[in-house]
Amino acid sequence: MTLPRWIDPASPDWPVRLLHLESPPQGFWQLGTIGALWPCVAIVGSRRATFAGVEIARSIASELASAGIQVVSGMALGIDAAAHSGALDAGGSTVAVLGCGVDVCYPTRHAELRSRIITDGCLITEEPPGTPPFKHNFPKRNRIIAALAHAVVVVEATERSGALSTARWAADLGREVLAVPGSIRSRQSSGTNLLIRDGVRPFLGIGDLIDAVPELRSAIPEAALDTLPASHGGGLERFSPPLREILARMGTQPVHPDQVGLALGLSPALVASRLSALELAGAVMSLPGGLVARTV
Amino acid sequence: MPVTVEADIANGLPGFTIVGLTDRAIQEARERVKPAIRNAGFKFPPRRVTVNLAPAELPKEGTGFDLAIATAILRAEDPSLRLEGLAFLGELALDASLRPVTGVLPMARCLAAAGICRLVVPVENASEAALAEGIEVLGAATLQSCVEYLRGEGSLIPGVRDATPAGAGPEPDMAAVRGQGQAKRALEIAAAGGHNILMTGPPGAGKTMLARTFPSLLPDLASDAALEVAAIYSLRGTLRERPPTTLRPPFRAPHHSISRAGLVGGGTGLAQPGEISLAHQGVLFLDELCEFSRQHLEALRQPLEEHSVTVARARAAVTYPADFILIGASNPCPCGHLGDAQECRCEPRQLSAYNNKISGPIKDRIDLVVSVPRQEYRDIFEGADEEPSAVVRGRVEAARNRRGESAGHGNAGLTGRETLAAARATPPARRLLALSGERLHLSARGFFRVLRVARTIADLAGEDRVGEDALAEALHYRIEMAG
Repeated sequence: MTLPRWIDPASPDWPVRLLHLESPPQGFWQLGTIGALWPCVAIVGSRRATFAGVEIARSIASELASAGIQVVSGMALGIDAAAHSGALDAGGSTVAVLGCGVDVCYPTRHAELRSRIITDGCLITEEPPGTPPFKHNFPKRNRIIAALAHAVVVVEATERSGALSTARWAADLGREVLAVPGSIRSRQSSGTNLLIRDGVRPFLGIGDLIDAVPELRSAIPEAALDTLPASHGGGLERFSPPLREILARMGTQPVHPDQVGLALGLSPALVASRLSALELAGAVMSLPGGLVARTV
Repeated sequence: MPVTVEADIANGLPGFTIVGLTDRAIQEARERVKPAIRNAGFKFPPRRVTVNLAPAELPKEGTGFDLAIATAILRAEDPSLRLEGLAFLGELALDASLRPVTGVLPMARCLAAAGICRLVVPVENASEAALAEGIEVLGAATLQSCVEYLRGEGSLIPGVRDATPAGAGPEPDMAAVRGQGQAKRALEIAAAGGHNILMTGPPGAGKTMLARTFPSLLPDLASDAALEVAAIYSLRGTLRERPPTTLRPPFRAPHHSISRAGLVGGGTGLAQPGEISLAHQGVLFLDELCEFSRQHLEALRQPLEEHSVTVARARAAVTYPADFILIGASNPCPCGHLGDAQECRCEPRQLSAYNNKISGPIKDRIDLVVSVPRQEYRDIFEGADEEPSAVVRGRVEAARNRRGESAGHGNAGLTGRETLAAARATPPARRLLALSGERLHLSARGFFRVLRVARTIADLAGEDRVGEDALAEALHYRIEMAG
């Protein structure tokens, strides 16, 4: 069994970049097998994320992980959890920076995720063991996320989200911040859209991230670079014409299958069977509530 | 089980005792029988009268024994009454006229099975009792006419079976619902295979309306099945709301505030059939499924698996048939707006608690899930003409006939092994199934559920083997959500 370790600036495992902070932690507790690597990317966002947001966080994380980049986040519900599990599913490593003691599982439903992170990455916290998840711990933990990562991607955030505080810390530290743009009507994207208005680089695909952070490009092996999709969208040629027809009818917003059927004049049976085929191909996901959304 | 009523008249102080595990209604029969005999012009024996209802260890209840008790007492005094091969049912009024009782049809069927050849019932019950085969039914208006008949001096009105099938009132037609193509398709599959189905959607989307049109997709009941249904309604005394000769499958939609006994059967004394038995051979619609208590949903598990329900009481357990198609409707989340144009305001924790409520007890028995979106005004007022129920019913009947005798409860009742054998999945369909197990995290149960639904879809398409298209469509209605 792995035991928590105390890591202070004297330790060989101390990430020097934490000293970029004006008030760096005295040290931190670390539980897990792989410590924080360099470079790594933070993916943060709302707890109450939309399903599209969760899917985006998951896919960014898994693309980064398969290119060998570690993903940092805060193990909260929503975007954070999707980022961790996306990285782990792709066989990568991930770091969770907590606002509670290293032995406290918060939120409790992430017990399984927590143990996966311990196996393939680590938990980090400056709170002593046993500390409950106090509200005032989270802004402090955000500064560590910002300092650890070389770049921060904000996937979805409302105007008051803690993810924006992480983005501010990152900007102050000179880290690259990218925000995933969303509809101007979507409350869950209001914070990220504000960031973009204020000059943050929009994230449209993993290529934007790599272009923005030269260190990432040099850290990723050439072979892995080639397999990374340059930007989202396109690449529908692998689907047969009937399936492409359906995809073309589905915009970025989730739709109900009946709408697709009506628009294309297809029977409900045909729409259902084609949507399943697309889902199996990973091009469509069905959301609770019966809607379907494009994921390519 | 037939009950034998014996009467003994002995010397002693005048008195009247009824024994044989009787309920209060039977004890009160003493106060009805005595005046009725007097008012019919006979003499109540001024001696010690003991009536025994045999078998004595079986609990008995109800007022239907009045006529038999009176006849037994009169026979004890007057040996010229011929009672051989006769059974009696009916409640006595004080003026010696006969009043109808409930449950006549199942009792008549039971007596016929026990070899009784003639049954005397109140005239109001005669046509109902006559539905039972193998027993001659005679309707009597009063105790006098009954006694005259027994003396061989008069005749009773023979009960006549009303052979013309009655309608069960108008069933709403599916053409009345605009749009909702996917929900209608899923209901068609459910009707063809006998699958239980869950509809989710925001309030006001039309889930209830769709469910009410569902019976119009089902074929007529076979006459013995219809008789079984009528027998259950007779027990509840509710044949007035459902004519006994109708061949249309019943539709029951109990409100979520119903008691557990009302839902699955029970009550004081001998257990009464509940809503799930009244839905036998038809449809049980549970609107706002998540509002039903967990105990209620839990209680549905046995009937959903065994197609019957056993209600145990302290002294007797009763088994009623309960073979129905379950249609559940629920909001997608506590606020009702998940996936709707209006934004959902539920916390993730609330969402999972809400989903667990249904998924726990009866998820295993639901084969199809379909979402019913709120309709846009455009869709309601424009759009093509909708298919009438009769056309869909034609396809459902054809699909059911394809399965023929092989499926007792439709494809929904197939076991895992039977499903595999019946599906005869084509190689591409097999590949798709393997892929879906991997990509969509299909459980073993989920796997067979999808295959059963795919079998029904292939039946509707008139295909012998389950192909890729049928399977892919079935996957779309699966209950497990990815992620």
